[in-house]
Amino acid sequence: MAETAMKMREERRPHLDRITVIRIATVFVVWAIYETAAQSGLFFEGVVPSSVLVVRALFATLADPGFYPHLFRTAQEVVSGFVLGVFGGIAIGIIFGSSLFIARMLNPWVYFISPAPKIIFLPIIFLVFGVGIGSKIAMAGFSAFFPVVIATYAAMREIPGIYIRVGNAFNASWWQMVTKVYIPSLVAPVITSLRLALGVAIIGTLLAEIKLSNLGLGHLIIQHYNFLRIPQMYAVLLLTFAIAVSANGFMGWLANRVEHDRK
Amino acid sequence: MTIVQFYRWGPVIAGLLLLFLIGLALQYATTSGVISPFVVPPPADILQSIPKLFIKEGLIGYFFVTVGITLSATLISIVIGLPIGWVLFRSPDFGKAYESWLGAIFSAPIILLYPLFLVVLGRGVTTIIVMSVVVGITPIILSTYTGLKGVPPVYLRVARSFNMASRDIFWKVYAPAAIPAIFTGVRLALIYVMINAVAMEFLISIGGLGYLVGDLYDRYNLPEMYAAVIFVVVASIIFFTIIDRTEKWLRRR
Repeated sequence: MAETAMKMREERRPHLDRITVIRIATVFVVWAIYETAAQSGLFFEGVVPSSVLVVRALFATLADPGFYPHLFRTAQEVVSGFVLGVFGGIAIGIIFGSSLFIARMLNPWVYFISPAPKIIFLPIIFLVFGVGIGSKIAMAGFSAFFPVVIATYAAMREIPGIYIRVGNAFNASWWQMVTKVYIPSLVAPVITSLRLALGVAIIGTLLAEIKLSNLGLGHLIIQHYNFLRIPQMYAVLLLTFAIAVSANGFMGWLANRVEHDRK
Repeated sequence: MTIVQFYRWGPVIAGLLLLFLIGLALQYATTSGVISPFVVPPPADILQSIPKLFIKEGLIGYFFVTVGITLSATLISIVIGLPIGWVLFRSPDFGKAYESWLGAIFSAPIILLYPLFLVVLGRGVTTIIVMSVVVGITPIILSTYTGLKGVPPVYLRVARSFNMASRDIFWKVYAPAAIPAIFTGVRLALIYVMINAVAMEFLISIGGLGYLVGDLYDRYNLPEMYAAVIFVVVASIIFFTIIDRTEKWLRRR
């Protein structure tokens, strides 16, 4: 046993290393291509700035105290919208799951609106909530709502009928059913949907900021763009992208952990 | 009406009734001034503006611009993505090295990078198509790669034992076995590309339906803007239904 394991490890080792080599080489090649493009002067002045300039702009941005109000505003919008959207989604999902009539009445609307490009509702959200922080929270919440309501409703239908019958046999009230039967069965699937919900909440917020705002990362990006401060724009884009990707990674990690704990 | 019929159609009728009542309530609220007509125009005005949207604004034209962008970007994604998936499958080290990266790119918010595309490529339909290809290509590559990897080795052994030429192995073994997975990728690409294209149109004010909605908003033509938003939702419902039906139809064959 141990011998085969050793053998397998030995066999796998150089293999893994090759993959790492490929990855490092790829990063290097991509960087080299980018840098050549930046130096070649093929592109209109400065639209592809050298990575040195971008890194310098990145540090300058991080050192600038003026950057943090933007970051804070975006975080505030994403988190508020996400929380509202998630709680709304869970609540509506539970209502759908506990009443077949309401579900059949309203679920088609959720089902039909959910895949449509949410950004198309942005003008309406601007009209209703104004151009300030409210519209960004609404956009984030509206985006986050759909994946959660769909996951919650799907999970509600997966709850074994016997749990519900036991609850009914004990004369559980509707609220007791929600807290003692529904919610414990919903935790895992809903947490999985939170990953997507946070992703679309971030996108919704930033797109709303880019379109119309006076504070926030999206606003900063579009200001840099308008004034052709290209390296700075690349730097803020990189930061925003890094935040979005790590938020996604964190949610994935959380979902894995919850899944793991249940097993 | 039997009980079964009631349970089947009752909720549907109730849903439509609810929509009608909401419309009625909004009509009352907007005409009496509870809700400003500059926020939500009276539903009757929205309904009346639908013909104008078709005749005056050329809605159908914009619709086909968006459809054209979506289809061409998806097609380009397929043409570039399929061979890349094949190459990744044929050189497993590269496949292993890039698979998780592709997954990360797939879930990354690529649309946020649009200012970058804007400065490099300028503001035009080409930019929208290029960016949509970037969004659409990852699901195609990934599904091709995983689809090919999922081809059972026994198929290959049978083909070898029949002394099939490698070209025949490709067309008669790999292609048919991987196609269901590839279709899933194509479906995902179509959906992502469409959403991305509409968002780009809206953000940079160029192109099809997204542009129309943004333009109507800028001109503060609210009834027509609301009607256009409803049209986009209806169009995307039809779009997704067609994709679903096509996939089911293909799977049955």
